[in-house]
Formats: sequence, structure tokens, C-alpha cells
Amino acid sequence: MVSDQPGELSRIVGLFSARGFNIETISVGATLDPQWARVTIVTRGDERTIDQIVKQCARLARVRDVQDVTTRPHIEREMALITVNAEAGLLRQEVLNLVGIFRAKVVDISHSQIVVEASGNKEKVETFIEMLKPIGIHEITRTGRIAIGRLSNLEAAPAADEDQAFAVGMN
Amino acid sequence: MSAQPALLKYPDSLALPSEQPSPRGAEILIHALVDEGVDSIFGYPGGAVLHIYDELWRVRDRITHYLVRHEQGAVHMAEGYARVSGRVGVALVTSGPGATNAITGLANAYMDSTPIVVITGQVPLRLIGTDAFQEVDTVGITRPCVKHNYLVRDVCDLAAVVHEAFHLARTGRPGPVVIDIPKDVSAAQASYSRLDHIRFPISERLPYPDRRTLSCAASEILKAERPVMYVGGGIVNSGASAELLALAEHLQLPVTPTLMGLGGFPSAHSLSLGMLGMHGTYAANMAVAESDLLIAVGVRFDDRVTGKLATFAPHARVIHIDIDPANVGKNRMPDVSLIADARQALKALREEISARDHTEIVRSIAQRSQWWDQLRHWQREQPLRFSGSRDQIKPQHVIRELHRLTGGEAIIASDVGQHQMWAAQFYPFKHERQWITSGGLGAMGFGVPAAIGAQLAYRDRLVIAVVGDGGFQMTNQELATAVQYELPIKVVIMNNGYLGMVRQWQEMFHERTYSEVDLSVAPDFVKLAEAYGAFARRASRPEELTEVLEAGLEHNGVSVIDVVIEKEENVFPIVPAGASSRDMIFQSEGV
Repeated sequence: MVSDQPGELSRIVGLFSARGFNIETISVGATLDPQWARVTIVTRGDERTIDQIVKQCARLARVRDVQDVTTRPHIEREMALITVNAEAGLLRQEVLNLVGIFRAKVVDISHSQIVVEASGNKEKVETFIEMLKPIGIHEITRTGRIAIGRLSNLEAAPAADEDQAFAVGMN
Repeated sequence: MSAQPALLKYPDSLALPSEQPSPRGAEILIHALVDEGVDSIFGYPGGAVLHIYDELWRVRDRITHYLVRHEQGAVHMAEGYARVSGRVGVALVTSGPGATNAITGLANAYMDSTPIVVITGQVPLRLIGTDAFQEVDTVGITRPCVKHNYLVRDVCDLAAVVHEAFHLARTGRPGPVVIDIPKDVSAAQASYSRLDHIRFPISERLPYPDRRTLSCAASEILKAERPVMYVGGGIVNSGASAELLALAEHLQLPVTPTLMGLGGFPSAHSLSLGMLGMHGTYAANMAVAESDLLIAVGVRFDDRVTGKLATFAPHARVIHIDIDPANVGKNRMPDVSLIADARQALKALREEISARDHTEIVRSIAQRSQWWDQLRHWQREQPLRFSGSRDQIKPQHVIRELHRLTGGEAIIASDVGQHQMWAAQFYPFKHERQWITSGGLGAMGFGVPAAIGAQLAYRDRLVIAVVGDGGFQMTNQELATAVQYELPIKVVIMNNGYLGMVRQWQEMFHERTYSEVDLSVAPDFVKLAEAYGAFARRASRPEELTEVLEAGLEHNGVSVIDVVIEKEENVFPIVPAGASSRDMIFQSEGV
């Protein structure tokens, strides 16, 4: 995913492993300014660990800004592509029902399988996967979580767990 | 995410007039180094840096290259040079093994915040990733032990990269920066002219300490009854010793330096408690243990200082002043923190305190008289000491003699081990940048090359490498470098035929299992030094010591003094690793 710029991302990943921090998910993408990319990392730790992670990331010469997204109201999303059994008949109906319930999308189909695209917060995507498991999942690809700040504090929802998502801006 | 941001590109508007032929990458590199004020490079040539060495030969009247005998030596020399001078040290090595041999020095400079720039050759761009001859992923393997590194893929970026590298190395918390230059990049042509101003992608993020925090820190200090200033390498790096002295004297504050902070506060000053930590003084460690306020400046609460964190200064509130935000709250959560340059912060703090009501200051000093009584009591109770001997030379006595014979003015470069601790304990340093040692990494082999680098920075000063017989054998080949360039360092080998510090730990904590620490099969160091063309003498008996030291120190050229010391002398006091300072041990069992 980031093969054209391996250097800077590996600094961040290397920092996490060197200092014993854990990466749960990581996601990298371009921003409006082509010089800067946003890296979103989900990690776990107590307040002190998170403080260290933020500070250590900020020390990197090419990191412009580090934010602990979970300290502010924010929206988290991840996407999953799932290849699931769907023989014509009841099985396929069941899959399509679930796709409807979870507001997922069918993006490919064959005689025996379909590929569905699901997105949402971690709980939604995971529940969807759980529901599909008994039907028979062949393959899953997940993007890892990304996050963005809410426009208004009014919709603030407290963090459900200790997960911490970071946005690390770097070029 | 672009790997080479556009703003790093050299501005076209500053290009040389077009009638001049465009210089090659190697030439641009040298120009940029000259513009950064570099006049000395420690290095070792090889295939990937041949173009650079071509160019160095052409400009040998402007930049002197010092040919070392091993790349580890080159980096340690650059560190020694940087540590005593405060300037950025520069080393140049080739690709592959040249770069891997440089790693120890890089890691050392990273741990001890030493500003150096190391230029490494790389295989040509088209060969990168093909397992080419002498190829190694230098940027990859140096990444965890540098402040930043670059692989220069386009010769047009080279000049800006060099300037940025120097800027990064010396600003903020200083550290090592690597510039990896593929062979074809050093041969490719581009334009160069000096940059007056570089737009760095990242602006300096150092806020000046704000008034409220300063005021808060000042109040903490004024109301403290049992304060201690715990000061480290940050004092030295920021040149803060005068400000530190002024503040400490103004408020009569006791000061204890770390190993890296030695010289940042005069060791013989009445306010100095001596070094703290594992081999620190009883008074310093007791003071910290009993203090109600720790004023920590330019320190990182290293485990060799704190021992068991839970019992380190357990009753103290903490003011932490450091330039690196990541140091603050890493091991100990401070009550007041100032992210700032130590000198600026201490100056601002002193001004803040001076602006207070004079009676408040008088009262503050007065309320600490009991504390000073207690500190003096601890100093008397357990001073640093050692038992004398008639037949064997005591290592502590060697350091005392060195101190006496040099008037306390020598630059001392130490290696790592027992001798390092004895030097730290028994040579009272007067000035910052007078003591250079491998603190964080604890890299044996540092002493001799670091002394050579220091001697280059100050050719007219007396530079002494205090080393053990173990560390000396790791980098003694650099004596050839010292002799070749007439850098008249004095090497004092504290020779006990052991890896002494490991042996001491085995004696104390591993039931005297002296596993693989016997170094008694060693070359005759006097003959070895003479073979290198150095002057050498040996002292084996106490009565020979002074005369031999004098002869070695007075010699005009490189000299090596082999001092055969008591084999099983231990460093005391010692706080066992991970223990609390109250578990300090003062002498061997059964003595």
C-alpha cells in the first residue's frame, strides 16, 4: 500500500516495535496536500504509554503533527471486503439478508460465492463478520481504522474502549 | 506521502551561472560541508565513496581528512570532537561494512545526544536492492539509532539534505544524522550555491518557557525545605553551567550531576554533592532519597541513576526541565515541566526568582539550614574513599595522581567499566566539556578514539584517555591514527587483567563465578604502543606511579602509560541494579 514511500512509514512502525508499543491497525493515505500523508494507528495502552507514543512519534523529523484522536469527538470507520459462500438458493438469500441488515454491498458474484463490502465502526464490521462465519467465509481483507474529527461537539460519544487512534501527519 | 518533498529541492533561482560546468555530487557535498564550517573529517575510503575521496583530495587544503584504522574509530573520533567543541563532528565511511562498522558510534551518539553527521557511501541507485557487492540497507539498519537519516536519490537534493542534516544534528536535543549517498549520485552533476536560509519541513517546536510555569517552578523552589538539583548532559549540551552555578549559588541549592553531567557543575564546589546513581556518592543518593523537591535539568531519569523507580526520590515533587518532550513523564511524572533549552530555562528561572521579594529568598535559604546540616553529615559519614596499599597500585590513587599532575585541567576521555567510574568519582572536573565518556550505550572502545577527536578540537590542550585493558584492546589500532597526525593524546591503561566491572558483578551477584573475564593473556602494552610509534612506560609498583605518569604526560607525542593495578579492586559505593539507593553497598563482604 505504501511501497512508493517506504522510508517514512517504516520509521513510525519501527518506533512502535523498538519501544514495545503495539499496533492494532494502521492505515495510510494521501491528504489534500500531496506532501503530507495521514497515518492512522490504533493502539492500546494506559495514559502514560499513550503520552509516550504521541511524544515519540512527534520526535520524528518528518512528522508534522500527532493527535490522539480519542481525546476529542470523532468518527471511526473501517472497511472490509469479504468473500463468502453463497450457493444459489437459501444460502444466498441469507447472505443478501445480512448484507441488507448491515447496509453492506455486493461487489462481485460467482455461482458459489459473493464478495461483499462492509464498512462502519469496528463493532459493526466485526458483528457482520461473526454473522457470516457460520455461512462460510473464504477470505477477508480489512483496511484498519481511520478517523476524523466531528464537526460539532454536540454529538460527542465517549470512547467505548481503551483503543487509541492516532493521526500522524508526515511527508 | 512524497519521500522527497519538493521544498527540499534546491531553488533554481540560486543556481550557479550557466557558463560554469555543473559540479558533481561529490563536489556539491564538499561545498556544502565547507559552508557548514567543516574543516576536519574522520573517515575510511572504499568503492562507494571513491568520487567523494577524489574531491577530498582536491580540497585537502580546506578540509583535512583523518584516515582512521576502523570505522568505529572514525565515528567515536567525530563524537569526541563534537563533545569537547560543541561543533558537529563528521565521519565518512563506505557502503556495506563501512556503514555497519559505524553503527556502534551512531548508537552511542544517539544515546548521549552528540551532534554528528555520518556520510555513508551506497551502491549505485540501479543496484540498490540487488544484494550488490558491499550493499547494505544503511538507512534501514541505522534508523533506530539516529535522529534522522537520508538516502539521497537525486543529486539535486544533496546540498539541501546536507544543510538540513547539520541543522537537525545540532538543534533541539542534538544527535547523529546519517546521509547515505549512492555512488552514481556522487558522480552526477547538478548546481550548487550556498543556501542562506533553508525552509525546513518541520519548524522548531521549542516554546519558550511560559511565565506561569516559570512562576510555578520558582514558587516550588522557594518553598522547598529539602531541594536537590539533579543535572545531566543537557547542561553540557546547552552550555548552561554558568547559569546553573548562578542559580545554585543564589539560592544555596545542593547540586548532584549525573555521569553525563560531570563538569556541568564544578565537582569541588561546596554546593556539589558529587555524582548520583549506581556508583554515586552516599550524600547525593541520600539527598535524593530524602528530598522534598527534585529540580531535574537536562536529565532523563535513566535506570543507572534511579535504580528502582518506585523508591527514587519517593517524597519529592519534581520539576523537570528538558529539551526533549519525550523525556518528560517517560520514567517519572513531574509536577512541573518545562520543555526548553536548559540554559534559557535556568536563566529565565533565575530572573523570575530575582524578581521576587528579597525577604522571600532570604527566608527560603534560611529554612534549608537543617537540610544542609544533614547533607554535610552524610558527606562526612560516607565520603568516597578507598583503602591504601603498599604493594599494589590502587586505581583510585591513579586518578587522584592524574588530577594532581594535571591541575585538574585535563580533558579526560574514558572508556567503559570500572576505570570509568573511578575517573568519574576521583577526578573533580571544573568545566563543562572536560569529561567525555560513553554513558548511555556503555560502548567499550570509546576512550582512545574519542580522545583523538577531542585532541583534534584542541591541539594545545592535554587530553588523556583513561581506559581499561579490555576496552583498550577494542580500538587500540587508532594509536596509529594518533601517531600519523601527531595528535599527542596520553593513554592511561588501568590494567587489572580482567574485564573488571563484569568480574565485580560476578563477585558480588553471581557467587564469584568468574566466567570468561580473565584477560591476563594480553599483549605487552608497552611494546604494543612502541610498535605503533608511541612513547610508552609501565608502572607496576606504587612507588613507580608518579614518575611514570609524569614521564607519560610530559612526553610531546602520543604516549601510553600501562598501570598495573590491584586485580580485584571494586568500585564502591554501588547500588545494585534495580535496587533502591538505601541498599547501597560500601565495601566487599568480609573486608
